[in-house]
Amino acid sequence: MSAKERLEVVGQVRRRVDGRGKTTGQTRFADDLALPRMVHCKLLRSPHPHAVIEEIHTEKAKQHPGVHLVLTGKDFPIPFGIMPVSQDEYALANVRVRYVGDPVAAVIAKDEQTALEAIELIEVKYRPLPTISDPVEALETAEPRIHDYGERGNIHRNQAHEFGDVEEALAKSDHVFEDTFFFQGNTHLPMEQQASLAAVEGDGKLLLSTSTQNPHYLHRQLACVLQMPASQIRVIACNNGGGFGGKCDPANHEMVVSKAALLLGRPVKICLTREEVFYQHRGRHPVLMKFRTGVTKEGKLTGMHLQTLLDGGGYGSHGAASTFYTGVLTPVTYELPRFKFEACRVFTNKPPCGPKRGHGTPQPRFGQEVQLDKIAEKLGMDPAELRLGMVTKDNSLTANWLRIGSNGLAECIREVVRRSNFKEKHRKLPHGRGVGLACSAYMCGAGVSIYWNKMPHSGVQLLLDRSGQVTVLCGATEIGQGSDDVLAAIVAEVLGIATSEVRVLTGDTGLTPVDLGSYSSRVTVMMGNAALQAATRVRDQITVAAAEQLNTLPERVVLSQGRVFAAEDPGKTLSFVEAVALAESKFGTLGAVGSYAPPKAPGKYKGAGAGPSPAYSFSACVVEAEVDPKTGWITVPKIWIAHDVGRAINPVHVRGQVIGSVYMGLGEALMEEQAFRRLPPKLSSALVHKIPSMLEYKSLTSLDMPEVDVALVEYPDPNCPFGAKEAGQGPLLPVMPAVANAVYDAVGVRIDEVPITPEKILKALELKSQGKPARVGPENFPAVPYPAPRFVLPPWEGGDGGELKSADGTPARKAKVAA
Amino acid sequence: MMRLPWFEYRAPRSVAEAARILEGEGPRAMLLAGGTDLLPNMKRRQQAPATLVGLRGVAELKRNGAALGAALTLTQIEQKNDLPAALRQAAAQVATPPLRNMATLGGNLCLDTRCSYYNQSHEWRKAIDFCLKKDGETCWVATASKRCVAVSSTDTAPALIALGARVKLVSSKEEREIPVEVLYKNDGIEYLTRKPGEILTEVRLPDQAGWRSTYWKLRRRGSFDFPILGVAAAAHFDGDVVIEARIALGAVASRPFLIEKASEFLKGKRLTDEVIEEAANMVGSRAKPMDNADMDLYWRKQVTPDFVGYALRELRGDDMRETRLRIARYAVA
Amino acid sequence: MQPKLHMTLKVNGEEVEASFAPYKTLLEVLREDLDLTGTKHGCELGECGACAVLIDGEPQLACLVLALECEGRSVQTVEGLANGTQLHPLQAAFADRGGSQCGYCTPGMLMTAKGLLDKEPQPSRERIREAIAGNICRCTGYNQIVEAIEAAASELAGSKR
Repeated sequence: MSAKERLEVVGQVRRRVDGRGKTTGQTRFADDLALPRMVHCKLLRSPHPHAVIEEIHTEKAKQHPGVHLVLTGKDFPIPFGIMPVSQDEYALANVRVRYVGDPVAAVIAKDEQTALEAIELIEVKYRPLPTISDPVEALETAEPRIHDYGERGNIHRNQAHEFGDVEEALAKSDHVFEDTFFFQGNTHLPMEQQASLAAVEGDGKLLLSTSTQNPHYLHRQLACVLQMPASQIRVIACNNGGGFGGKCDPANHEMVVSKAALLLGRPVKICLTREEVFYQHRGRHPVLMKFRTGVTKEGKLTGMHLQTLLDGGGYGSHGAASTFYTGVLTPVTYELPRFKFEACRVFTNKPPCGPKRGHGTPQPRFGQEVQLDKIAEKLGMDPAELRLGMVTKDNSLTANWLRIGSNGLAECIREVVRRSNFKEKHRKLPHGRGVGLACSAYMCGAGVSIYWNKMPHSGVQLLLDRSGQVTVLCGATEIGQGSDDVLAAIVAEVLGIATSEVRVLTGDTGLTPVDLGSYSSRVTVMMGNAALQAATRVRDQITVAAAEQLNTLPERVVLSQGRVFAAEDPGKTLSFVEAVALAESKFGTLGAVGSYAPPKAPGKYKGAGAGPSPAYSFSACVVEAEVDPKTGWITVPKIWIAHDVGRAINPVHVRGQVIGSVYMGLGEALMEEQAFRRLPPKLSSALVHKIPSMLEYKSLTSLDMPEVDVALVEYPDPNCPFGAKEAGQGPLLPVMPAVANAVYDAVGVRIDEVPITPEKILKALELKSQGKPARVGPENFPAVPYPAPRFVLPPWEGGDGGELKSADGTPARKAKVAA
Repeated sequence: MMRLPWFEYRAPRSVAEAARILEGEGPRAMLLAGGTDLLPNMKRRQQAPATLVGLRGVAELKRNGAALGAALTLTQIEQKNDLPAALRQAAAQVATPPLRNMATLGGNLCLDTRCSYYNQSHEWRKAIDFCLKKDGETCWVATASKRCVAVSSTDTAPALIALGARVKLVSSKEEREIPVEVLYKNDGIEYLTRKPGEILTEVRLPDQAGWRSTYWKLRRRGSFDFPILGVAAAAHFDGDVVIEARIALGAVASRPFLIEKASEFLKGKRLTDEVIEEAANMVGSRAKPMDNADMDLYWRKQVTPDFVGYALRELRGDDMRETRLRIARYAVA
Repeated sequence: MQPKLHMTLKVNGEEVEASFAPYKTLLEVLREDLDLTGTKHGCELGECGACAVLIDGEPQLACLVLALECEGRSVQTVEGLANGTQLHPLQAAFADRGGSQCGYCTPGMLMTAKGLLDKEPQPSRERIREAIAGNICRCTGYNQIVEAIEAAASELAGSKR
């Protein structure tokens, strides 16, 4: 490492590198792009929730003046899908439509208005099929199947894992708590509606500029769908006007405009309407959950049996991963000796669900943290002390074999409790006011890639020349989270220059090394480590060259604030530009690459690929709530949150990520809902999105958003660049359960589902006044035909991280491995 | 990008000219003032006038004196300090600040009725085979209903009804002035008594001496949202005795309406807690929210008396600012 | 099909000529006919505030204003906010203090904030929250936007003294 003693860029409050472009209107989002001869695309979408397409007639549309091209499912014989195990989507429906809004045909015309007129002229004959609107219906309906793949019937994924004998643990517990919870689905609602512009460039190759979080995965899928070599395709991820997971999946419209541009030899543009964004969706799965949790009377967990049921919508999307995430991170926060996790995802005739900020984990975190509040009350313990007594340790393994590195959860709890005066308020505020505490953990990057390979997860290339110019290239995608700023900061820190000296070029598969994308909170850690490696390599060339000039040893050379000097003689300095020129003279053209792949996970069982991460972030949150006992009206005057970010690269923007996460979490807690409406079946087969608009999908305004007190807790993680962990997703997770717990503290009712609305609170208050259980939430958990669990011994019971199997290869239980 | 359909645009310079254009064009023409209601509806193809009669250039509609020109913006109403509280509070809580800079008083009074089956794009409505209000046969809110139950969502109308205001309607043939409550019919489609060819030109308020008034709005967020309940109350006091009172409800039927029974009940009474409770229940029983707007309809019905109570307690002189801030995120200026 | 309109508009203090279909809103003309893509759109129905611009000094939504009704009115967009290469204090404060994350609501938010500060140079925190209540931001949770506007107001007050 460098002889420099202090960090000069990392940890400093700075203007973010993309701040100027974003405040001047110069940042170009996909829909801001235009090219000569550009034509415009509109999609015809299915008005039926489930139907077979019997005929499509496009002649009238083709003859409409100004129309250049009409495409249908016949033009897209190859299916796609983000997960290799669910290649179940067609750019335009081939035979079947599976939700209202499923794309069926496309018109490309001289302008959007003309395309819209022509869309109306396409005649489609549908044969409607029976529809499925919720998971219980999906479990009960074997035929017709929405897809002809999956486990069976309309079950897409069905899985079970058991880490140690949970029934035995529960039987020995002082108390077993059994609770069911429901987490309603919601959507990302990025401010930017997805847009794409496809064109054949002068070199004959296809260029797609688009609002995507994951240009690399899109690149692969495009090659597949268009049946073209990937080397002939370039994907540029434009700055995303908000992503939150909604722009992770390769999207139908991206395939359509690419194909159209290839056929027409003209640039083709599309921008979805807000309603279409609701159909593209891939948002939070509605999840029904059941927790059976054993505790000792001293407040230690003994075991947990978690069952989840996910409403997947019409396609696979990230569903295979989402299903895992409804359980695999549950053991990360508190010591849990034994854990059984069963999960099932079903297909329904609604827009497909996928990854939204926290991907699959907010739902079980909500259940777990509300249940802990109930446990604390029953045991007569303070909720903070209960949690503090069982937080996981640094450098430990969980029951399901996840390796935790640095862990600041205990300090997070102590910090929010102190700052919010929790102990003076909890169970002590007057009726109608309350505080609630909840915690969470999240991953810093998925440990395995979406498709199996042994290559790096992130690559960075660094170019320097005698002008002193530093250009850093990486496939990572700026979606507002500040990844460009993190990239510039790490390079600047290592080279001893300011971030304003670094030119950042990202998200371009034609120019930048592969980075898997902006998902799973992976960018700071993975791109950051790759950048650190590349920058260190270049710095080492500079120090060798400079050392000769400065008459010192390379390891004594310091790069700091644009100067290069020997640690023992700071008075004699070279400018950074001079030092770079010396290095270029000595080594030839300068540059370096860096790459990063996460450490191998300790778990060896099938399914162990979901959950491992180079590091985990931790958060604790206190919400104060006021509830009007007469109307159930709920207000949140203030929220305190502490987040273990490892190290804040740019504290002002880390704080922004944390507050933004709280914002989205509070919206989910109180009002955001991706709701559907089925019309009376005797009169109609319609099953529609209830509210596909910005007005009726309720996103909090500035008047609804409280002040958020943020404490950044810094427990640097050795796997992370400068110790920096994630900040963009984890802080969302504790907000919803903290709201629920605050409502309980305020008026003594349990709302075991989100959103927590005034009508639910009032209903629970009425039940309470009738002497009934003061609770609103799911009454029961349906009988899900989970498979027999894969049985794995937890690390402390002598396992090796693999499954125990009988001689015939079927899962075994308790069968200790013979000595 | 949602786009408007093609239309012809006319820009009269006077009410008389506008009325002549309306007369000539018939029902294919619609008036365009602030555009914040009509243009979104046109983009969703709920309304498709062939001709838009833009009122922007009609100076007489912007008169800002004893009579309020219909083209005054809601921001102008909100900031006009001599107007009664109920009207200013109602105007201040419509939509959002930029929308209030555009939307007009006349436009808010003539606001199209709303329904979650109607305020949708053409494609969405096609997926439910349309509805009674536009292009369809069935009211999906109440499938047995022969009448459209789309909900009146104007904030200023209940306020003006409680205040006893009148509106002037001008056509190429005649002028008439009617009480605001008479402008409305309880029909989601034919929700106005305004005749085709008539222009709502101004609003007149009676003398407010001795009156106090207030408007309470229920909506999920502190901004953007249309009312899902509006309670306007005005009372003339002699000391603490009510001489006359008027309470109007909005957003719980296809029209805003006055609850005359409550007026009679309150006359001559002091606003004690008991009197307020009885009046609140009396008013609340008249609310008929439907499942076509935000939030649970039973809950909306249930809390109506609470909101009437807030309004009456404020008229009594209670300091309701904190409650209002919690419920409406609205700090009265 | 009707012919295009030809009109002179006053945008950011400059007279500009544009030809456009009569159905176009100011938003469409700014973005598509004048190449001023700084003004964003998130719904085109008046439900998000992303397209807020100043018309005769007042924040209004470009998506619900007919372009043909803008003749003779002054339109200010985010492109006109900086003074040459020097950022307006609001822009600088947003960039420095976390007021802008993805940047998509930023132009509308900035113009709304400018409309406020032009009329009320020293607004309270509550007034700022009220003034921007018609601009949805999905990234920031508004806290740092409000702080940035406060900082810009102080900066502007300082520079006037």
